[in-house]
Amino acid sequence: MLWDALTLGLGYNATLVTIGAALLGVAAGVTGTFLYLRKRALVSDAISHATLPGVALAFIVMVLLGGDGRSLPALLLGAAVSSWIGLMCVNWLTARTRLAEDAAIGAVLSVFFGFGIVLLTVIQTMNAGRAAGLEGFLLGSTAGMLFNDAVVIAVGGAVTLALVFVLRRPMGLVAFDPEFSAASGVNVGRVDLAIMGLALAVTVVGLKVVGLVLIVAMLIIPPVTARFWTDRTDHMAMISGLCGGLAAWVGAALSATAPALPTGPIIVLTSFAIFVVSLLLAPERGMLAVGLHHRRFQRRVHMRQGLLALAQGQPIYERFTLKLLRRAGLAHADGVATEDGKARAAKALRDEKRWELVRADQAFESAAVQYDGLREIETVLTVDQIAEIDRRMGGPTGVMP
Amino acid sequence: MSLELAANDGVAPTGAGLASSPLALRGMTVSYGQKPVVFSVDMTIAEGAMTAIIGPNGAGKSTLLKAALGIVSPLAGQVTVFGKPLAAERHRIAYVPQRASVDWDFPTRVIDVVLMGLYRELGLLQRIRGQHRDKAMACLERVGMAGFAERQIGQLSGGQQQRVFLARALAQEADLYLLDEPFAGVDAATEKAIIDVLKSLKDEGKTVVAVHHDLATVAEYFDRVFLVNTRKMAEGTVAEAFSAENLDRTYGGRLATGQIDQLDLVAG
Repeated sequence: MLWDALTLGLGYNATLVTIGAALLGVAAGVTGTFLYLRKRALVSDAISHATLPGVALAFIVMVLLGGDGRSLPALLLGAAVSSWIGLMCVNWLTARTRLAEDAAIGAVLSVFFGFGIVLLTVIQTMNAGRAAGLEGFLLGSTAGMLFNDAVVIAVGGAVTLALVFVLRRPMGLVAFDPEFSAASGVNVGRVDLAIMGLALAVTVVGLKVVGLVLIVAMLIIPPVTARFWTDRTDHMAMISGLCGGLAAWVGAALSATAPALPTGPIIVLTSFAIFVVSLLLAPERGMLAVGLHHRRFQRRVHMRQGLLALAQGQPIYERFTLKLLRRAGLAHADGVATEDGKARAAKALRDEKRWELVRADQAFESAAVQYDGLREIETVLTVDQIAEIDRRMGGPTGVMP
Repeated sequence: MSLELAANDGVAPTGAGLASSPLALRGMTVSYGQKPVVFSVDMTIAEGAMTAIIGPNGAGKSTLLKAALGIVSPLAGQVTVFGKPLAAERHRIAYVPQRASVDWDFPTRVIDVVLMGLYRELGLLQRIRGQHRDKAMACLERVGMAGFAERQIGQLSGGQQQRVFLARALAQEADLYLLDEPFAGVDAATEKAIIDVLKSLKDEGKTVVAVHHDLATVAEYFDRVFLVNTRKMAEGTVAEAFSAENLDRTYGGRLATGQIDQLDLVAG
């Protein structure tokens, strides 16, 4: 069943929904990357909630003009207009008043959403009782998705992606260093508007699939996930798009397997599952990798301290240090060094003195920068350089193991 | 110091110099809220010289640079760059912001940051080619950071970060270099690398302006000083303007007499 859904074998509507959602997921992931890097992720929350009055007003206007009020392009246009007004309000409040951005977002979000709910209630009382369906914009409703709806989503997503591709350089530049961007002649305000505008486009296009309450998740979770896997902006945008698309595809397929599973929330939960896996398992930035790295570092510190203590004939009080030394065959249970341990300890002490000279000498500047008290000196200096240091120190020469 | 420069030393910029000065501010006033940070400042930067902008904390040094670059919009005042409006000659300016002004955990590599200096050249759609990478690597080479090109910027020390910022400015191939506290919080090796690059820029006939906070190195590093504390306090060659009297006025007695004595200044 699930396999059928994943391979688009569950009928016409499920196929439309899955493809539409996946396209939206890719567009949201890529666009969200720049929103996240510009540290404006929360603005998308204001943008999405501000769509509601637009949807409702567009419906009312269409009904008053004699239509049936359910044309998706017209509803989305209304959503785009009111959400743009909401965005301008956030910008204006942040720039012209003493309100910080988070407060401005909160104010705009709740006022617009509240107004939208009032309008929805008014619509319920209208004669055109066919308002049923507008609530679908809150949490998304894919059950009655038509081919035309899917086309609107696909075209909107594709145009947004193309624009992100064209604007990726200025958006990345402004996100990293707005002052340098401004000094280079980039209009920072306009680039910011472009970032927000693209997020707005994704939001509006995604209203039908995941709804305005949850679209934020599609803009934020994929970039946060992607950040675990890469240290490059371009790669991050691509991975984020991939995660977004994958989550939407799998989520839509999952929800198609049972009648009671809502598409939008399932997509968000799938996205979250990918995030959790990344959080735990990503190389370098994942929690497991960071934990292992820390443990390895801790062992190196204890080992080094233990060896220096042995070399100077000091007693070792830390049981963890002693355990490490014993396991490596460098010390006996009573803390007395083995033959091996004595050699290694002498080397450690000697390296310590070598480092001292290296760090005092301007000529070894680049090597000295790498000093962390733990690094084996032969990983930083050549044998010849160590010989030179040893010559200055006097005493026995050579890099002992 | 070259002969032409020596001839200009000690002389305030002439009328002709003013018209074509790399950077001239007239009546510049910038305020955050109701409090002017920079008030009615005139500044004429001498071409081919290294100028230090000096003043106490909060005296508007950085703001002055930002106003000159159009990063903050002034309440009043005009900027001319090489005798023309800023917008026309912006491509001849390179800027090194304060290191702390960006998030160093940003997902980008050292080489990518330097390539940002080629933004104007690359535009929106041109692919980054070998020639662009070569140019960026040459700039990294110049600041002694070529070996770090593939590193994530968060792995760099403060001094290395500062050198990457300088490399990005070099990639802009400008005639006027504006630097905001390039020596703040860097190690000795970096300080030397940076001053060597700046002096080589000067030898190529470029103009260098830096916000500087270490009074002890002013005479060694710079040709001219611009003393500011909201208002312009003094301007001129190190020999004529970097005097105990001017420093005392600029810092409003906040410098201990001993500190000034140690600077070994010419008599005010």
